[in-house]
Amino acid sequence: MSILIDALTSALNDEVRIDKWQRPSSVLCCTVPVEKFAEAAWILLKKKYALLAAEWATDETPFGRGFGIFACYRWGKEYLIVRSELPADNPEFPSLTRRYLPAYRFERQMQSLMGVVPIGHPDARPWIKFEDWPQDAWPMRKSFDALKPLPRVAGEYKFVRTEGEGVYEIPVGPVHAGIIEPGHFRFQAVGEDIINLEERLGYVHKGIEKRFEALSWQDGSRLAGRVSGDTTVAHSLAYCMALESMTGCSVPARAQWLRALFLEIERIANHLGDLGAICNDAAFALMLYQMMRLKEMLLRSNHKLFGHRFIMDRIIPGGVSVDIDTDGKELMLSELKKLLKEFNRLVAIYDENSSLEDRVRDTGILIPEKAREICAVGIVARASGMNLDCRTQNPFPPYDRINVNVPVLISGDVHARAWVRVEEVRESIRIIREILETLPSGEISSKVEMPSPDTSGFSAVEGWRGEIIYWLQAGPGGEVNRCMVRDPSSVNWLGLEQCIHGNIVPDFPLCNKSFNQSYSGHDL
Amino acid sequence: MICEVVGAGFKPAPKKTMLRILHQIFRTGIVTEPLPPEEAAEISVVGTKLEEAIRRRFRRSLTIRQVDAGSCNGCELEIHAINNPIYNCERFGIHFTASPRFADMLLVTGPVSRNMEIALKRTYNATPPPKLVVAVGDCGYNGGIFGETYASLGGIDKVIPVDGYIPGCPPTPVSLLNGILKAIGDK
Repeated sequence: MSILIDALTSALNDEVRIDKWQRPSSVLCCTVPVEKFAEAAWILLKKKYALLAAEWATDETPFGRGFGIFACYRWGKEYLIVRSELPADNPEFPSLTRRYLPAYRFERQMQSLMGVVPIGHPDARPWIKFEDWPQDAWPMRKSFDALKPLPRVAGEYKFVRTEGEGVYEIPVGPVHAGIIEPGHFRFQAVGEDIINLEERLGYVHKGIEKRFEALSWQDGSRLAGRVSGDTTVAHSLAYCMALESMTGCSVPARAQWLRALFLEIERIANHLGDLGAICNDAAFALMLYQMMRLKEMLLRSNHKLFGHRFIMDRIIPGGVSVDIDTDGKELMLSELKKLLKEFNRLVAIYDENSSLEDRVRDTGILIPEKAREICAVGIVARASGMNLDCRTQNPFPPYDRINVNVPVLISGDVHARAWVRVEEVRESIRIIREILETLPSGEISSKVEMPSPDTSGFSAVEGWRGEIIYWLQAGPGGEVNRCMVRDPSSVNWLGLEQCIHGNIVPDFPLCNKSFNQSYSGHDL
Repeated sequence: MICEVVGAGFKPAPKKTMLRILHQIFRTGIVTEPLPPEEAAEISVVGTKLEEAIRRRFRRSLTIRQVDAGSCNGCELEIHAINNPIYNCERFGIHFTASPRFADMLLVTGPVSRNMEIALKRTYNATPPPKLVVAVGDCGYNGGIFGETYASLGGIDKVIPVDGYIPGCPPTPVSLLNGILKAIGDK
């Protein structure tokens, strides 16, 4: 038994029922009565100090049930999913937001897209669903026709306002100045000092979760690879792992190691780009162009070895679709050697540059207490003192055989987030060398059976931004009934709002870049 | 003052910093030239034609406003890449602007999400004519894997008139430069 489920059963006794249909067996799912849903959260927080990883809803009318609401908790290496059933005619459940901050947006999203009502939620404004959507349009419900265009209605979104002498508002976006994704930021400022920042996201909502339900299990991995283009490897990996856990497919060892290889390459490429961009936002353009040069080197070798610059669609259900030979290994090793040498030189420049230091140190501090409160993950969490990394805590093969050193800093400022990336680039280069040395021989893919009806699968993968969670549910005919995607951005965007207080408006791009969260991965 | 658990402390060596930077610059040299042979050939052909077209039609400068109308961010990464020192699009007179008011061309990635439709139309209207619109990526062409649903309206031409398409998922930097050339040439 696990620590989390023990805590729940000892407090709620026989009101906790362990579900049999959840895979893999290491992740437990239990059902509690809906009136105990918030109490369960309170028990896990108070007694076990658990983190809330995700919260979502399902429409289970195809099974003859109402709605299902789910909350996934994490403590150390354990995941526990707590589920409650809601009747279709009264879809209300107690809100977790007052216990767990990340539930704030999860629940607004559940209410907007599924039409389940969190009772006691402090903010009734819709999320993702814009003011010009018909209010009774709940796209995640089975009765909703996804192919029908939505009409536009009149409506208004009320931003949080600050009043007083000298306070003014700066609206930014959705179309930004640079080549980045769209989102809206509303600043309340006095002079240059930011009093409050409110994010408004949802501009790139493409109906991805609903789209999964219209695709076959096989095609799902291609869609997962396009949830967030910069994280294509990690997303398709997480999708495939969740699917494989449902079907009991055993992925060949060589494929597992190749998947880890792709994941680490993706991590290095994105970290290089981010480090350059962070320095560029502190007006140090040299670093941007130098880092982009190194990144381009890596992307080209990806193209040469694996046929795609971002290794898109190379992870498929059951394994991978591309292999590496001895020459490829040699090429990769020699490129990495060159890359590491150049990288270290550039880091020395970053490290010694006092004008850069002046900008990145003590800017945009996300204090460890706040990071914990918002249940941050990935780079953001590790820069704010939280030792979280799925590769060490919930190691999926082959990470159970690789020793990953996780850098953790506690200053929580822009520098900390940059420095976590620096350490991770070095660590990933080391890991890739280890992978290439150890790479077992054999097949690179195996056949995947289709999932049996009413089962669900779960997976957590450490992408370059942080922990990515997928939860899949098969319908009565074995088809996709629900695919829940939790990109790290879904929780980490809250951190940006929290770290910005007391900073000046011109430092916002720098803070934003140090987070570099995905808009597409959040909006879905 | 918050201290760190891991990570390097800054070494106070300000005098060396500038030397290091200069060293790095001279050691790197101009990387735009030495490309792998096959790509070098391709890029110089595309580049020369592009430069010619830009000189003739846009008085040596083509200003682009990039708009993400709902993409997954994959196309954005490659549009970034044409700015890197290896592709270095500025040498052909191409540069990116922050305001649609200064733009000759809108480089739009898609699919157009329903929530971006109005913003895209407004950006289009804010761009002074004559203007070119180039739709980037498979999704910008027809919505790609996202299709046409309640949230995704499909290709860019469903919302604003499009002059050229650059296929690919995402298109490589060379095909982006090629596509921009084609759009200028066709006009």
